[in-house]
Amino acid sequence: MRDIKIQVNDLSLYYGEKKALKEISMQIPANKVTALIGPSGCGKSTFLRCINRMNDLIPSVKITGEMLVEGVDIYDKNVDVVNIRKKIGMVFQKSNPFPKSIYENVAYGPRINGLKDKTQLDEIVETSLRQAAIWDEFKDRLDDSALGLSGGQQQRLCIARTLAVSPDIILMDEPASALDPISTSKIEELVHQLKENYTIIIVTHNMQQAARTSDHTAFFYMGELIEMGKTNAIFTKPEKKQTEDYITGRFG
Amino acid sequence: MENTMDIIENPFSKSNNNKGKEIKEKAVIGITQIAVLLIIAILFVILGIIIYQGRDKFSWEFISSFPTDGMTKGGIFPALIGTFILVIVMSIAAVPFGTITAIYLTEYAHEKSKFAAAVRFSIRTLAVVPSIIFGLFGLGFFIQFMGKGMDSTFNGGELHWGQPNILWASLTMALLTLPVIIVSVEEALKTIPRELREASLALGATKWQTIKQVVFPGSISGIMTGTILAVSRGAGEVAPILFTGAAYYLATLPGSLSDQFMNLGYHVYIMSTQSSDVEKTMPIQFATTLVLLILTLSLNLVAVVIRSRIRRKAK
Repeated sequence: MRDIKIQVNDLSLYYGEKKALKEISMQIPANKVTALIGPSGCGKSTFLRCINRMNDLIPSVKITGEMLVEGVDIYDKNVDVVNIRKKIGMVFQKSNPFPKSIYENVAYGPRINGLKDKTQLDEIVETSLRQAAIWDEFKDRLDDSALGLSGGQQQRLCIARTLAVSPDIILMDEPASALDPISTSKIEELVHQLKENYTIIIVTHNMQQAARTSDHTAFFYMGELIEMGKTNAIFTKPEKKQTEDYITGRFG
Repeated sequence: MENTMDIIENPFSKSNNNKGKEIKEKAVIGITQIAVLLIIAILFVILGIIIYQGRDKFSWEFISSFPTDGMTKGGIFPALIGTFILVIVMSIAAVPFGTITAIYLTEYAHEKSKFAAAVRFSIRTLAVVPSIIFGLFGLGFFIQFMGKGMDSTFNGGELHWGQPNILWASLTMALLTLPVIIVSVEEALKTIPRELREASLALGATKWQTIKQVVFPGSISGIMTGTILAVSRGAGEVAPILFTGAAYYLATLPGSLSDQFMNLGYHVYIMSTQSSDVEKTMPIQFATTLVLLILTLSLNLVAVVIRSRIRRKAK
């Protein structure tokens, strides 16, 4: 792998006494889509939330090991978590637009970073919505409330909102699990387009989705990283028995 | 087969063994119904008497004019204005203070923080302290300590702040209503879903930015409910202002925070206990009570409406 974006070394996570992630080590390549798969409770979402330090919000969590993003350990004391999250965006399982207009949702990130210039904001909103492939749908109704949109539209708006702070990395936590098949395929298409400019890490329950969208796949089980490799390799001839069992649907 | 079916008794039929249970059941239902009816009846009797006795006196003129003839005639205008000023000054003091405390408790305090637990305990205790104690505290702390202190420091001992006035009465009332405000604001803040906070934080917002931009705007109506409930409580309480600022009778409206004031609740008390001519003041007493009731009931109604809107929104 030529271009490593994220290097993880022996990362473990504890919820109080319980060890939820066990010595995870992996490399996530730049400008590729990496899928994290595994049965419920295997730690894939927890791991994803380590990458933008979302787990900081839970007081009982303790993390050991290293999470190097472009060579910098994001858990270092000198690192500002706010800057981490600007660089590493996140799209959540349940679409969570703010109860504001479409425009204000996208402009939220730039605004909290201190951008006040209306022309620049307009520009960012347009570019972000275009990137999320919803500009044509939304351009005439930017002042409408985001809460009136369908689930799929809301989720794509959330992606646009994430793009507006121009991150390098986008984390997606089962972004299509609550959507219908048509909306799901739109999200997948979007993921495919975005990987040119972004490094994407996507957690999914859906085997086909992982196979369709990702370049690399990591299989988690019981808090451990069992296997990671090129997606077609993982899905055609996995090295570990557990991976094969999971992929072929024998458990999970 | 057919024969056995006939012999077996219907297992669901009413049998004599259950008679006792049935009577008990009916008795319990009866008692609860009587209790409910009693409460409704009491409410109607109270409201009925007040409306009936006060209806003749209750008019626009009554509300908008000063008392005359040794308070045996005329209206309650200064008491109404005094009550308004009291609740406004009280809100200015209590709402920001209470809101900030609530933000600390819900947003910043650690779940297991001992300090937060102590704050919560204090608030609960404050909520059950009898209101007359607040009155005494106000007299001792605000008037004797703060007011007298201010006088001796700035006025060379001349009495100005060291006596009952609107400011001290309002601050005393603010202390009394603080728990109401804190608890309602806390409830309002908690209705903002975690997903929205996470969305904001994930975009690189700081905690304070998240509170300011997402949490606070979403809970503004809850904060209003808390304020209104506090105001309606403050409008009806008399004990805290008894020693701290309420006046028996004033010929003019208060002109500054260091003036005393008249108050609806206190006026009712004065009318019913200190009157020189009970026959004449009785209708004034009832009409004043009616005004006070309308004021607090309508405030509560507004609070209920806003609260039910929030509940619907939260779902």
